[in-house]
Amino acid sequence: MSTTLFVLLSATAVVAGALVFRVDSMARATFLLLVSFLAVAGLVLMTGLHYLGLVIVLMMIIEMVVMAVFMIMYMMNPAGLVPMSMFHNTRGAALISAAVFVALASGALLVDWPARGGAAAPDLTSVLGEALMSGQMLTMMTLGVTLFATIVGTVVLATGRGRYDRLGDDLDARSSDDRDRGGVGR
Amino acid sequence: MNLQAFLVVASALLAVGLFGALTQQSIVMLMMGLELMLNGVILAAAAFWYFLAPAGTEGQVLIVVVVTAMAIEMAAGFAVTTAIYRAKRIDTTDDAAELRG
Repeated sequence: MSTTLFVLLSATAVVAGALVFRVDSMARATFLLLVSFLAVAGLVLMTGLHYLGLVIVLMMIIEMVVMAVFMIMYMMNPAGLVPMSMFHNTRGAALISAAVFVALASGALLVDWPARGGAAAPDLTSVLGEALMSGQMLTMMTLGVTLFATIVGTVVLATGRGRYDRLGDDLDARSSDDRDRGGVGR
Repeated sequence: MNLQAFLVVASALLAVGLFGALTQQSIVMLMMGLELMLNGVILAAAAFWYFLAPAGTEGQVLIVVVVTAMAIEMAAGFAVTTAIYRAKRIDTTDDAAELRG
């Protein structure tokens, strides 16, 4: 692996990540976060995980574009036009995160890591697919059920007026209580 | 390039994300901090896989799990933001203090 590339990508990831909380505009912050994700995807690609690296690239681009929409919906400071503080408890948070970094980094540097065991399979993607469909099937099923629960939960949370608001607690109202006349069927 | 270098970068990402999650007033920015922390976890998982156990598939599966967790976190987080904004017009963490003990 090229050391220059590693230094470049990791510096990009950390600096862009830090700038996310420095810029005034939330739209800029979203795209800086995307840059940080893409740099990490580059580092993952460097370890030889081509499929997962590509999945991270594609997913993060879509995720950050969706995030940008929500940022604009709920942003405190549109386009960074008004200089304002969006922080609270900065000193305490800086102390806590510095302590966490020192603890993790010293652990990474001081632990006597074992030697590299075994060699990577020639086709990593098919090995991953086989693992997910055999030995790691339980992981995959748990992920699937969790994603389904997320779909149901997010729709319930994000719905402003559901059927119980429109048709009463027992769903037996004669006509639905809609804001606009006309209404739709059950 | 070795495991230690990767893990130090991952720790830096996690610490920066933690700082963001703790300091930001906007709920959306708080979620960006959480995403940045998970970003560090992805990097650490890839490094552990490559440098310690490339023969196994657990490292790859862990990355799949973390990427899924990021998607779930974002979807659920935005749904909660939408619900709380609709109910009380709240978009900052300081105002959303009903559960404070």
